Amino acid sequence: MMLAIDFVVVAVIFVAAVGAMSCKNLVSSVLLGGLASLVASYLFLRMGAPDVAMTEAAIGAALTTVIFLVATRRTQEVEE
Amino acid sequence: MKQLIGSVFVLVMGLFLWSLVPLLGPSAGYLSTYFTQHGVADNHTANLVTAVVVNYRGFDTLGEVLVLFASVSGATFVLRRRDGLPTAQPWPASEFLATGARALFAPLVVFGAYIFVHGHLTPGGGFQGGAVVASAVLMLLLVNRDRHLPHGLMTWLESLSGFGFVLTGLIGLAVGGSFLSNKGLMPLGEWNTLFSGGLIPIIYVLVGIKVGAELSALLDVMFHSTGDADHQEGQA
Repeated sequence: MMLAIDFVVVAVIFVAAVGAMSCKNLVSSVLLGGLASLVASYLFLRMGAPDVAMTEAAIGAALTTVIFLVATRRTQEVEE
Repeated sequence: MKQLIGSVFVLVMGLFLWSLVPLLGPSAGYLSTYFTQHGVADNHTANLVTAVVVNYRGFDTLGEVLVLFASVSGATFVLRRRDGLPTAQPWPASEFLATGARALFAPLVVFGAYIFVHGHLTPGGGFQGGAVVASAVLMLLLVNRDRHLPHGLMTWLESLSGFGFVLTGLIGLAVGGSFLSNKGLMPLGEWNTLFSGGLIPIIYVLVGIKVGAELSALLDVMFHSTGDADHQEGQA
């Protein structure tokens, strides 16, 4: 059962990463990248690395996503 | 052509990484064996990862903190210098966001402080706790878009905690014989209690304060980067 969840999680990471690269909308790309990070932190936890999982969730999924979103908006303001 | 070069590059990188695969696994050399066998006796830390990060590999951690400091300084330098950009009036935060963020701020700060104070006992530590504190500051910035962090206080927090880290290392050099040594300076305490691990909790609290202040300053500069004239005067 747990192994099945792991496979689903890996599939989500793959789809989210490819989607983040191929998406035309920058905001969607950033959100998909955040999703990949968040789901990857579950994998770290499953592999017995809770410290890394916390870093990935706090920095990879939360702060990086926010900083990218703010940067996207700021650059759009300048372009307009 | 570009795509061809890119794929070749990725292929070569993949080959390099693939050759590292046999190195993974339980027999990754004598160092990891040493850490797991002697870590508890050397440092009395319940979380062995912290013993490795702060003590055995403490010098690398100092390097990581410096890298973060350099990148935040660079971002601040670049973003502060943009004069005359159009400033968009930020939308006021909705009632929902404002109430939620104000309710979450204090618990998040306490949780982040808990993570880095208990870094030697439970998973997590300075970097994770600092990031959680910075997300609390993010909540504040999302609600009060026109307010700035006190820059003098941030600078002092960052400088003093970084200075404290290096100073602790140098004291270890003087007393214990090597940089960041954990021998002889402070009692190691009883295993799995809050006051254990010698210098490790002190260093991790310093790292937590430093990372929290740096990431908060980065968020602040990102949110206020379209500096118009009176903002610039206010911060100078």
